[in-house]
Amino acid sequence: MASVALTNLDPASRAAARGWSDLTIRNLFIIPTLVFLIVFNIFPLIYSLGYSFTNFAANRAEPWQFVGLQNYRELLSDDHIWSNFVITAKYVIVSVAGQMVVGFGLALLLNRSFPMKGLITTLLLLPMMMSAAVVGLFWQLLYSPSWGPINYVFGLGDFAWLSNPDSALYAVAITDIWMWSPFVMLLSLAGLSAVPQHLYEAAAIDRAGWWYTFTRITLPLVSPILLIALIFRTMEAFKTFDIAYTMTTQPTAELIAIRLYKQAFQQWDTGKSCALAYIVLIMVLAITNLYVKYLNKVKER
Amino acid sequence: MTQIELRGIEKFFGAVQVIHNLNLAIADNEFIVLLGQSGCGKTTTLRAVAGLETIDKGDILIDGKPVQHLKAADRDIAMVFQSFSLYPHMTVFENVAFPLRATRMSSGEVDKSVREVARVLRITDLLDKRPSALSGGDMQRVAIGRALVRRPKAMLMDEPIGALDAKLREEMRAEIKRLHVKQGSTTIYVTHDQIEAMSLADRIVIMHEGFIQQVGTPDEVYSHPANLFVAQFVGSPVMNIAEARVADQAGAASVTVGEAPAGFEFPHQLLSKLNGHSSGGLTLGIRPEGVLVRHDAAPGYMPVEASIIEPLGSFDIVDLKVGSTMLRARTKAGYVSGPGERVHVRIDPEQAHFFDTASGKSLGVRL
Repeated sequence: MASVALTNLDPASRAAARGWSDLTIRNLFIIPTLVFLIVFNIFPLIYSLGYSFTNFAANRAEPWQFVGLQNYRELLSDDHIWSNFVITAKYVIVSVAGQMVVGFGLALLLNRSFPMKGLITTLLLLPMMMSAAVVGLFWQLLYSPSWGPINYVFGLGDFAWLSNPDSALYAVAITDIWMWSPFVMLLSLAGLSAVPQHLYEAAAIDRAGWWYTFTRITLPLVSPILLIALIFRTMEAFKTFDIAYTMTTQPTAELIAIRLYKQAFQQWDTGKSCALAYIVLIMVLAITNLYVKYLNKVKER
Repeated sequence: MTQIELRGIEKFFGAVQVIHNLNLAIADNEFIVLLGQSGCGKTTTLRAVAGLETIDKGDILIDGKPVQHLKAADRDIAMVFQSFSLYPHMTVFENVAFPLRATRMSSGEVDKSVREVARVLRITDLLDKRPSALSGGDMQRVAIGRALVRRPKAMLMDEPIGALDAKLREEMRAEIKRLHVKQGSTTIYVTHDQIEAMSLADRIVIMHEGFIQQVGTPDEVYSHPANLFVAQFVGSPVMNIAEARVADQAGAASVTVGEAPAGFEFPHQLLSKLNGHSSGGLTLGIRPEGVLVRHDAAPGYMPVEASIIEPLGSFDIVDLKVGSTMLRARTKAGYVSGPGERVHVRIDPEQAHFFDTASGKSLGVRL
């Protein structure tokens, strides 16, 4: 069927006069993108997989050696790395959970008609559109112990959000929640407005209260799109680098991406860093896979 | 035991008034059909009774108690929507059980009630399916089941079978009638289909542009339409409407339509019954079955020419040229062989209706 449609080129067109087929035109559009992806994405990916089995260091000229699984072995038995993973896990859970709750809550509030709804929605989306490094820098100022507005507003004296080892990670997570809740809000709004109004009317007639309607109608019907938001945010949170890197130097807030950066570009341990990057990739893939399986199950209903 | 009363209901959408001073009393167990074209206010009226729409003026009384300030959930009425509005993520069982569970009924009782309703509606086999796997008719059965299961004070139906195809519509119509006879509950049913209205209703409420035009039994609105709107809206094929002049002619009344050279013969008492309306501003209404056609000449019959013939299976509709106007007659299938054929026509005085042209109101003249 598709191949039949592909040959339907208007015989009067200039392309046909040049002797091009529909297939030629399709290739003209697709091949540059494919080449770009292969050169800049797929090739480095495979090349770095090769590096991960060597002791290659990008800043040294001496020849590198094949070391087999040694990099992986060392990394997986390194307590320091494991503590980075634990920190990352805490960060992902706190920040993604926060974004889901705040984002979905905002969407519930916005899912009705009120004056200036469009303007307010747009304003709420602004944090998401800023550069993460800039957001990090600004929040560093907001958190400032001596003259930051956050301590002033909440009356916290000179509480040092970012240099206190116990709070640094959560301070970064709060910033991330501020920045990315709008994303969850946007997806949730799409999900909520796709729930037909007549179902709410039917529920009202059926004497369902607010909470019953919310848990039995609203939540099940928006859950597929909420799961998609969850997948995106988990993946992103897992690889958070810029916000955390610009905000704090606390070891208790050293996410796996920061660890990876230090190993690759401060210690110049390129081979080992490639191995670590692959470990992170496999973990993200595994988590995403779980979500996707669950998503498919939800969608089947 | 539920009576519903609407008193002086007015409703505006912005500056547009969609319901004008609507008054209606519905008796216990009565099947009321709100009939009208789309935009006539019938659905808005129904939704106001349901509590899905607020009203700007007037009272809605259920069993004598005003409910216009209560939420839909507190009025104890059930509703069947045109779009069925089944919950897509729940099985049929859960859909029917929803109104019971929403009021925290014990699951044993829920199970019993749902199965009882499923048996009545013959949907027991479908209980484990999801709405997306059902046919239109079955979806409607489930929607009705969800409304019936809680034994509500009243049932509201908003074009419940309008979305189904013609054959299924006929089936479901019979089914709704059967259910109402069996279960008996005060029902308000909204439709734009006059056949549905005629076949289901105890009383029909005909609405037009936010006003009630007539309230009456199917027979009343058919045989005694209150005005030109009702006359033309109820009945298929549509009633013939023509400006008419009435004259006294040798001891009989003669009714002329469409500047025809001769008039139709009516009994003389028409003149006295019309009581002065005979000169101008008079409109004759006659259903196609009241236009009598025969091949050969007879006293009282007028020779005319047939122009269009619509064969409708069991009967034909024949357009007859009478002066400058057309009268549609209902004849036996194939009685008039083709356009241009000369036939003889008479109007059955007993089936004629007379209206005041300016106001459209029926003059109530019956012979």
